[in-house]
Amino acid sequence: MPGLSPAEIGVVLLSLRVAIVSVICSLPLAILVAYVLARTRFPGKVLVDAVVHLPLVLPPVVVGFALLVLFGKRGPIGSFLDQWFGIVFAFRWTGAALASAIMGFPLMVRAIRLSIDAIDRRLETAARTLGGSRAWVFASITLPLALPGIITGVLLSFARGLGEFGATITFVSNIPGETETLPLAIYSLTQVPGGDVQAWRLSVIAVVLSVLALVTSEWLTARTTRVKSDDRR
Amino acid sequence: MIDVDLEQRAGNFVLRARFVADAPVVGLFGRSGSGKSTLINAIAGVTKPERGHVRIGHVTLFDSARRIDLSPQQRRVGYVFQDALLFPHLSVEGNLLYGHRLRATTVRFIDPAHVIDVLGLAALLHRKPGALSGGEKQRVAIGRALLAQPRILLLDEPLASLDVPRRMEILDYIERLRDEFQIPIVYVSHSVAEITRLADTLVVLSAGECVGVGDVDAVMGRLDLKPYTGRFEAGAVIEATVIAHDLDFDLTTLRFDGGELTVPGLNAFIGERVRARIRARDVSLALSKPVNLSIVNVMAGRVAAIQEESGPVVDVQVAIGDVVLTARITRRSRVQLGIHVGQELYALVKAVSFDHRSTGYA
Repeated sequence: MPGLSPAEIGVVLLSLRVAIVSVICSLPLAILVAYVLARTRFPGKVLVDAVVHLPLVLPPVVVGFALLVLFGKRGPIGSFLDQWFGIVFAFRWTGAALASAIMGFPLMVRAIRLSIDAIDRRLETAARTLGGSRAWVFASITLPLALPGIITGVLLSFARGLGEFGATITFVSNIPGETETLPLAIYSLTQVPGGDVQAWRLSVIAVVLSVLALVTSEWLTARTTRVKSDDRR
Repeated sequence: MIDVDLEQRAGNFVLRARFVADAPVVGLFGRSGSGKSTLINAIAGVTKPERGHVRIGHVTLFDSARRIDLSPQQRRVGYVFQDALLFPHLSVEGNLLYGHRLRATTVRFIDPAHVIDVLGLAALLHRKPGALSGGEKQRVAIGRALLAQPRILLLDEPLASLDVPRRMEILDYIERLRDEFQIPIVYVSHSVAEITRLADTLVVLSAGECVGVGDVDAVMGRLDLKPYTGRFEAGAVIEATVIAHDLDFDLTTLRFDGGELTVPGLNAFIGERVRARIRARDVSLALSKPVNLSIVNVMAGRVAAIQEESGPVVDVQVAIGDVVLTARITRRSRVQLGIHVGQELYALVKAVSFDHRSTGYA
């Protein structure tokens, strides 16, 4: 395969930027939500759980449409953010990142929640009796022990972001150089006569990126679990 | 001094525990389900009782009337759990220093080097908990709790998950730390052997209530507490002084108020105070002094009390000097021998019925 054209490099970089920014921005919230769902009981928990999982079961186009209504230039949240903070999502790459973040959110929360569920709560109790505040115990015990789940969640959400199509195209449309990520670019090429070859090239790139992400996360997970059982001779 | 008066409901279970104890080691004894864990969780601040108070020395940890409820991290209660609960992602050193680092320097009176030395942890410092044996884990857990500079140490069945040789080892370590660090210990167990070896004051818990509180020998001798202290574990505890060693036969002679006792060789100096537990089922009775007998401990005494039961066995309390032994004999023997309160007779105890579980330093 000959070298990539500047346009192709642009698409790849944009896709990576969208996926990485969406993961970084949603991670803290995902950890918080996962912790709350795993460790607390409150009225309406079922509802919160359902809302978090909604993007997993809804057609992506519906999510994209909802984003358009809420975060569009005239949407209640969109106009507020534009007016007060100058943040615009509609038809920008940031909107693509938002769509990716929301579509990947349930996957991230699920993975992290599972690993928090697997932690013996009495370890946290022990840490509290040793003098740790709630926040410190969370940072020094819960978070490191949940690391494998966090890595898995990050990978799943990242992969979801790279592949996100329906919500993105509905919310921010397909603007080359601004919102045209890999899947959108591939779709466009298949609609053009003779675009097959280029569609192939981009598809191969998508496969390579996904495999790289998978290998990296496997390696990181192996590292963290090895540290834990290192001296089990 | 530990002053506890707590009431807590958990489902159908109601804990109403009330005791005051001032001793280096307080034994908290009870069968599983008697409320031991509920009680120490409440002392540690892990759960919140409905009513009552917990005071350690002059510090109030909890008082519902005065609306005092210190958080677990403020209580400085060293809680050692049954299964160690070491932090798997930290090294032994990281575990040991976890609490130590969180305490203000003004309250750091226990030094890491001292704890590492007393508990023999120097060689383990850079290992991960996953690479430790059960006994090692428990030692690290005890060290970790100590280094969090506790006002009191709560040991919740620390031997439960260990095999018998390890138990002896940990008991030795607990005795050492009782002597080295001046921190009151609450030792929770359902094993009479462990409790009587370590504790000075005993609190017997049954169905959420404190049914007996007092000195170990007094409480263990009380016949009315037998249903709680257990049929086969019943017995008396004797405080005695080592007066002689027979090196040829590896035997040790102890003297207590009322007589002498020969036990298998103890690793103790002459003059040292030790504690021996005599199980009721190891004590036989004879009306006249027997001769040509293999049993080495024959002690003259007087029947102080008899607990009649409808079953096959009877517990007879025999006063030997100031010490009261309990003998468990069949009801038929009691009837055939005509044993009654006030009668003079002889209590027989085989030396080999003592093992190193039942004798330890006082």
